Amino acid sequence: MTATLHAFIVKELRHILRDRQTLTILLLMPLVQVVLFGFALRSDVRDVRLVIVEPQPDYATLALRARMIAGRRFKIVAVTPTMAAVEPLFRRGKADIALAFEPDFASRLESGEHARILLAVDASDPNTGTTMQVYARAVITAYEAELGAQRGRPVHIVPEVRMRFNPTLESVNLFLPGLIALVLTLVSALMTAISLSREKERGTMEILLVSPLRPWQIIVGKVVPYLGLAFANALTALLAARLIFHVPFRGSVTLLLAECLLYSMVSLALGVLVASLTGSQRVAMLVALLVTMLPSSLLSGMVFPIASMPAFLQWVSNIVPARWFIIIARGIMLKGVGLEYLWKETLVLAGMTLLLMTIAVRTFKPRVA
Amino acid sequence: MSQPDVIVENLGKRFGKTEALSGVTFSVSHGELFGLVGPDGAGKTTLFRILTTLSIPDTGTATVLGLDVVRDLWAIRSRVGYMPGRFSLYGDLTVKENLSFFASVFGTTIEKGYDLIAPIYRQIEPFASRRADALSGGMKQKLALSCALVHRPDILFLDEPTTGVDAVSRREFWDQLQTLRASGLTIVVSTPYMDEAMRCDRVALMQGGRILEIDPPAEIGTRYPLPIVSVVGAERYKLLLALREAPHAHSVYPFGAELHFTDDRANLDPSTVAAELREYLISKNFSDIEVKPIEAGIEDSFMELMPPPVQRAS
Amino acid sequence: MTAPARSPATGPAISVNNLTRRFGSFTAVDNISFEVAPGEVFGFLGANGAGKTTAIKMLIGLLAPTSGEARVAGLDIVKQTEDVRRRIGYMSQRFSLYEDLTVLENIALYGGIYGLTNDEIRKRSSTMLQSLGLTDDLVGRLPLGWKQKLAFSVALLHEPAVVFLDEPTGGVDPITRRQFWELIYAAAQRGTTVFVTTHYMDEAEYCDRISIMVDGHIAAIGTPRELKQKWSVLSIDELFVRLARPT
Repeated sequence: MTATLHAFIVKELRHILRDRQTLTILLLMPLVQVVLFGFALRSDVRDVRLVIVEPQPDYATLALRARMIAGRRFKIVAVTPTMAAVEPLFRRGKADIALAFEPDFASRLESGEHARILLAVDASDPNTGTTMQVYARAVITAYEAELGAQRGRPVHIVPEVRMRFNPTLESVNLFLPGLIALVLTLVSALMTAISLSREKERGTMEILLVSPLRPWQIIVGKVVPYLGLAFANALTALLAARLIFHVPFRGSVTLLLAECLLYSMVSLALGVLVASLTGSQRVAMLVALLVTMLPSSLLSGMVFPIASMPAFLQWVSNIVPARWFIIIARGIMLKGVGLEYLWKETLVLAGMTLLLMTIAVRTFKPRVA
Repeated sequence: MSQPDVIVENLGKRFGKTEALSGVTFSVSHGELFGLVGPDGAGKTTLFRILTTLSIPDTGTATVLGLDVVRDLWAIRSRVGYMPGRFSLYGDLTVKENLSFFASVFGTTIEKGYDLIAPIYRQIEPFASRRADALSGGMKQKLALSCALVHRPDILFLDEPTTGVDAVSRREFWDQLQTLRASGLTIVVSTPYMDEAMRCDRVALMQGGRILEIDPPAEIGTRYPLPIVSVVGAERYKLLLALREAPHAHSVYPFGAELHFTDDRANLDPSTVAAELREYLISKNFSDIEVKPIEAGIEDSFMELMPPPVQRAS
Repeated sequence: MTAPARSPATGPAISVNNLTRRFGSFTAVDNISFEVAPGEVFGFLGANGAGKTTAIKMLIGLLAPTSGEARVAGLDIVKQTEDVRRRIGYMSQRFSLYEDLTVLENIALYGGIYGLTNDEIRKRSSTMLQSLGLTDDLVGRLPLGWKQKLAFSVALLHEPAVVFLDEPTGGVDPITRRQFWELIYAAAQRGTTVFVTTHYMDEAEYCDRISIMVDGHIAAIGTPRELKQKWSVLSIDELFVRLARPT
């Protein structure tokens, strides 16, 4: 009995070792994942963009300013006398946290009154939001103690925290835009890759080729039905987000759906490209997964903040379509902004679609061998 | 006389280390039913792929309907009917859906092509709403042929249309082909079955990427270089082994109920061979045997012409 | 543990009695009965969809019959399926050997599965390579004809009483096809019963006896000569056409 089993196990091992293509992917993929995870998995934050709101600068506000940026965790991106400038910066995604001093900050401290600081945090990502807030308060508390020791009597700095855009710190609000991206990627990229390579494997591709059908017609014909499917998926995902998870929908739903469609087109184009460059269905599927799901989940800012990644990975994330879509989705759903703030990201996605489609059509071989 | 519909000149194609086609030259006249006969690996599919513009040859040239297969691929693709090997249709679409899809891809409709496909399509029309993968092998074939014809092509390329199908369906299929040919359609068809070669106007024997001989089927046997006789008797295996030991045995092969014995003396009269063999077999204690001279058939010629099978081809 | 010896030549190698198989309302195999003697080369013919494949699957234990019974190598196919499997060999056109393993690795695998000792495997491997004129290589690199001859030899590796061949010679050149049949004859001479299906009607003539299945039942059975006389035809091909008219 064991001899039989042994013979069978040996056979299976041989199959695995001799399938070079699959073996490479299966050994490479976990390695890539480990490396990426190692770098990308950062719960600490760096280079947080800080806006200082000080009605009148004085020694206390300046001292706190200096303390904030001393630890290299924060960098000051703007100094403004009123709160008015802060909101637009948040909406455009140009600032992560705002420190607003009460007027007469230093004199209040001197007279032993409570001197208030308003901490407004962009909590679209509740994890980083919490962390930023914790850092800021640590700096403030340390200064408070130091000043008190200097003066010989206690001083009171009272921070008030406002978590903008996500006051209850729902992590589902963080994840859901990314999940929508993932769902759309899966359907679009994976299914077009499989559909095209299945046609090749079945042999029906040969008949399609020996006909007046041009490559672009075949590709568009493959893509359009999946676009419809992707739209249905986007609708379902958004409905679930709203009805089951109560994710806020502060912006235009129409715009969001349109952007979902645009993002689907990018994924579809990617799927077509993968299919025309690979051979069998199995390889097409593996490569499609590698090239779409992996970057979309790890490098898009869906879970791990991009700002915390090493510079190289930050650069790479620029070519991950999901990264741009998540900015758009979060912008519309949580911040309620419209195209006037998101035109750049939308343009990036549109450009990617055009580029990928052109390459896909060009590389689609009108011949078999 | 107008130009032949297909002209192939010294075609060669290599895949890595394997030479799939080498020095292939032939032509097909308008309205001819031309057969390519050979086993798997002979190069038939590679040749068809080149002629239907799916593949580019490494050496040589080919024209179809006067158009070059490399340069004029789009012009050729709209005028050719193609049936690749192994039933390449959409199993999850119905009979009618498959047909109308292929019609529309060529910018036509089932109605416009109906009179051409009718003799074939009428046999499966009762099953029009059945999914293609639920059809029997013979019906799938008929559907594939209808789909290849519906746009009224000027030439038909059929790659092993009868492989994997039972003898009855095979016969019927060839009946259809002859009807089509009678209507003036040029047909190039490949098959591994030697008996189907008999139904072509001309036949090219193919093996190992090369053409062994091209001739009308009736004439192929006439070029057989050695005398050949048939032997019939009981205890066939023993008979076979004994014949292999006979003097001047060039080759001995079973052929259905008979054994074919080829003598290595080229100019000898077959009746002499038959007489000598009879004596030899009697001396070996075989009784109730029948030995008579025969005309070599296509399969005899094929086996004589083909290079002996080797494990690793050059 | 050595492989079981071939069953002694007493009683038929295969005996089928009122074997039936239904799939829902469709009867694929309709009450067939026949016998095959030991050492016989039996040709099992029929059109696609006539029920051949279903019948074979039952005989090799892959499918249970709806009713009726059958014995292969003296063992009941339903009650003693595992034992039957040890006594038979099987080769089909769709699959026989692993393409990404070498010839010797394939032999070792099947030898291991059927319980041959390493010594026996080694001996039989070298005999096989010699008689086929093969050098060890990845099976995927062998031409089709060699793969088929090898697959047949491997099916005989454990010296089964009955070997089932499902369209073993599809697509090969005519010489290799005949070489294959000489292997079949040699095996039959050694006492192995060979149960073979084929689409080549000339191969039907190579068999000792043949049967033709039409629509789930056996329409003709006997030696090729008998059948040709009985139906007044010149070839089995003609007989087949006459019987297997499409429904």
